Amino acid sequence: MATQQTRLLARAAVAPSVLMLFIWMIVPLVMTIWFSFHRYDLQNLDTYDWSGWENYYYFLTDPAFIQALIVTLTLVASVLVITVVGGVLLALLMDQPFFGQGIVRLMVLAPFFVMPTVSALVWKNLFMNPDSGLFTWISQSLHLPVVIWFTNYPLLSIILIVAWQWLPFATLILLTAIQSLDEEQKEAAQLDGAKPLSYFFYIVLPHLSRAITVVVLIETIFLLNTFAEIKVTTNGGPSTSNLPYLVYLTQQASDIGGASAGALIAVVLANIVAMFLVRLIGKNLEA
Amino acid sequence: MKTAKTLLALAGALACSVASAWAADTLTIATVNNGDMVRMQKLTDDFTKANPDVTLNWVTLEENALREKVTTDIATKAGQFDVLTIGTYEVPIWAKKGWLVSLDKLGADYDVDDLLTPIRAGLSYEDKLYAAPFYGESSMVMYRKDLFAKAGLTMPESPTWDFVADAARKIADKATGTYGICLRGKAGWGENMAFITAMSNSFGARWFDEKWHPQFDQPEWKNTLSFYVKLLKDAGPPGASSNGFNENLTLFNSGKCGMWIDATVAASFVSDPKQSKVSDQVGFALAPNNGLGKNANWLWAWSLAIPKSSKHIEAAEKFIAWATGKHYIDLVASKEGWANVPPGTRKSLYANPEYQKAAPFAKLTLDSIMSADPTHPTVKPVPYVGVQFVAIPEFQGIGTTVGQQFSAALAGSTTVDAALASAQNSTTRTMTKAGYIK
Amino acid sequence: MARAVSTRRKILVTAAAWLAGLIVFFPILWMVITSFKTEGDASAMPPVFLFFHWTTENYAEILERSNYFLAAWNSVFLSIGSTLLGLVFAVPAAWAMAFAPGRKTKDLLLWMLSTKMMPAIGALMPIFLLFNYLGLLDNRWGVLIVMFLLNLPIVVWMLYTYFKEIPGEILEAARMDGASLWREIIYVLAPMAVPGIASTLLLNTILAWNEAFWTINLTTFDAAPLTQFIAGYSAREGLFWATLSAASTLAILPIVVLGWFSQKQLVRGLTFGAVK
Repeated sequence: MATQQTRLLARAAVAPSVLMLFIWMIVPLVMTIWFSFHRYDLQNLDTYDWSGWENYYYFLTDPAFIQALIVTLTLVASVLVITVVGGVLLALLMDQPFFGQGIVRLMVLAPFFVMPTVSALVWKNLFMNPDSGLFTWISQSLHLPVVIWFTNYPLLSIILIVAWQWLPFATLILLTAIQSLDEEQKEAAQLDGAKPLSYFFYIVLPHLSRAITVVVLIETIFLLNTFAEIKVTTNGGPSTSNLPYLVYLTQQASDIGGASAGALIAVVLANIVAMFLVRLIGKNLEA
Repeated sequence: MKTAKTLLALAGALACSVASAWAADTLTIATVNNGDMVRMQKLTDDFTKANPDVTLNWVTLEENALREKVTTDIATKAGQFDVLTIGTYEVPIWAKKGWLVSLDKLGADYDVDDLLTPIRAGLSYEDKLYAAPFYGESSMVMYRKDLFAKAGLTMPESPTWDFVADAARKIADKATGTYGICLRGKAGWGENMAFITAMSNSFGARWFDEKWHPQFDQPEWKNTLSFYVKLLKDAGPPGASSNGFNENLTLFNSGKCGMWIDATVAASFVSDPKQSKVSDQVGFALAPNNGLGKNANWLWAWSLAIPKSSKHIEAAEKFIAWATGKHYIDLVASKEGWANVPPGTRKSLYANPEYQKAAPFAKLTLDSIMSADPTHPTVKPVPYVGVQFVAIPEFQGIGTTVGQQFSAALAGSTTVDAALASAQNSTTRTMTKAGYIK
Repeated sequence: MARAVSTRRKILVTAAAWLAGLIVFFPILWMVITSFKTEGDASAMPPVFLFFHWTTENYAEILERSNYFLAAWNSVFLSIGSTLLGLVFAVPAAWAMAFAPGRKTKDLLLWMLSTKMMPAIGALMPIFLLFNYLGLLDNRWGVLIVMFLLNLPIVVWMLYTYFKEIPGEILEAARMDGASLWREIIYVLAPMAVPGIASTLLLNTILAWNEAFWTINLTTFDAAPLTQFIAGYSAREGLFWATLSAASTLAILPIVVLGWFSQKQLVRGLTFGAVK
């Protein structure tokens, strides 16, 4: 299909991005690998020395490591499910003609404008606070038992906050995709008298598959590195520390070598997750 | 060739001196968002009028973010800051590293000897002052006189833990939503661990023995943690494991806590009728003890220091002398009243009758600060400095990890024994890796 | 737009959409309301909804203390600048990947995404040391480059997906007409890609706007954007919810205004794209 000329042109078009990203990746990566084999205490540079695999050994045998792995995966999976399902439903709704479409769309988009730190603080203090949060007031008014969010359901609370932030992202991407669905196709389906459900499953969903793939992959990248929400709300702990948080704690102990090793382990695991996802849904990427 | 070099060097030196004579000094000041710092920021006109050639750039950050940023900056000698707001935790560590400028040029009227002894000790290394205290604090008991009277209890000036626990259980009243006692539970070395470490001192516990072996497997720690968890379970608020200073302040101010043990600076918040519903009913007492000679109170001072990497050391010294000197206290008093002056740094303030009148909690604040000894914090001997922390770089990480375990024990998602075992394990690992345990 | 829609259905949809919108939006609304309260009212229980003493003192305090306009300008500069720069690099790349894919295109796409997998905290020291060495700390352009590189994979990805939606046959047809490649991009591809490019621009500007780790760690004062501004209000010894809400409202205000306008553009772009 593509001629020799287009192929050359295509290479030239891709090259600058690839080159820049390659430098951006390789330089810190090499430095991180180098640090990870050293005893590198930021506050005690006299002890800087080659340390072999020690940093990796300590990070992998940390009792918190397995737990952090589970937390990381649970968080990513739950938020993905909530945002993709919620995003499809919201996008379908937003696609219908209704009064005040512009305003409602902006309202749905709005959580994405809020920085993660801010949204975590707002949820934690104004809503989930067990004594003066709005949720507490609602439960009390309805004579229901008060839910102590961050004590009894710490991970669920964080999942809800993160999902709230990413829902608009999924909705917008999916909405854009729905709108590119052929008007004629839509009308044809309606004329055929296709039931809404079968219309959804046989026409809309297949059409959305590539957009969903993109949402899943991009969100995964960001969700694997969820950090601010955890720091602000529970400050980690066995039930909510994910891998980046563990790396952060190592760094906080002034141990750059250990943090570098941890970061590299996190990169490897993130790649495994991504590969798994690509296997699962990657066929949508084909032309 | 040689002359050329000399000439070049001369020209360079000349250019430098001209530049420094002409260019206004810009001081970049790293600070936190606490009320006293906000007030200082508002009053800087007074300083810039006297020093028109100095411009001030304020970088305000959350406490931990500030600490991380400043640590990276100072360790890599990036030199982005001229004045740092740091605490009693960092000062001894960084002074030892040679990262801070020693503050012996603050001027004759600075009166170093006027500083409170424990605060000065906490900010000195080898008898030299490396940071000037802006405000200092210890911790104490704040309690509700009305609830105590109703329960027929009288708070002694220096209560024991048994009395406090007993009183908390008596005051707690589910029907009216009153909790007997509010304490920190949110994980973090500066959050729950500040409180629990200070508490453990009064129970005879210590973080490390003389050879840096962690002591969480000792009975003193088990007593501390079981007592703390049980007390909060019986008489504390729901969700105590995510409460920090502010959450407890809100609870206390809305009249939901019978007692609250926390920073002495809270005294001015809880007795301020503008934000506290119970301002006229608050009493104060020393932090509890177990009769072992140590009270459960800590010592902290937000202080100003100059990193060695600063290029404006002279101007920074001027600024620090202004912000932490006696003149500044008078300035705040004249503009905002005596109740708002930064507390806990100077003997002269506590001798001032006007301050005593405006701040009914002054005496207890002073007594609390004076009873803390950062160089001998525990009943048994320890190799470290610091009351509610261990002044080693690794402590931030260790303290937070242990804090998470203790917070989980409070939440009930793990047991006291499991939390202690896990704390012992992770601390031993870190200390071994860092080379303390040979 | 020729779909026949019954009024009843439209009213039902309107109700459902507004309900969903309000639920999603409520936390922000509540934050904005809280920003006009005194600290005491902000933590009152039961909460006060609308009938309280409205005050702007929180805003006054913040504007007095912080250099809000400098921070807002830095945020605008960094987020929009980095995204535009990203588009300049990504449009050709995504075009090539979508319409002239090679055997390695998919791997290349995944590799691009994988450059974002390192936890930021793990890359902090290398980047910080490099920036210090190059004298780029607290430098707007330095941070701009970082933000550009952070977002580039996402920009490429999104554009790639949108381009993929465009049927290849249309391009083929244009090519048979003898249109040159350049004309192909300008006259055939670009109009059809407008909604995709607009939504990519918007989403990545927001992502850059919200990026807090690098902006806080690589800037101090001159180049510090709103993420750093908000970090100054995220904690305090004492009550601070009202002040925090006010600071947060100020921090999202510019991007919401921007979003409002681009949403209108976006809708126009979308309808334009759908007409064909």
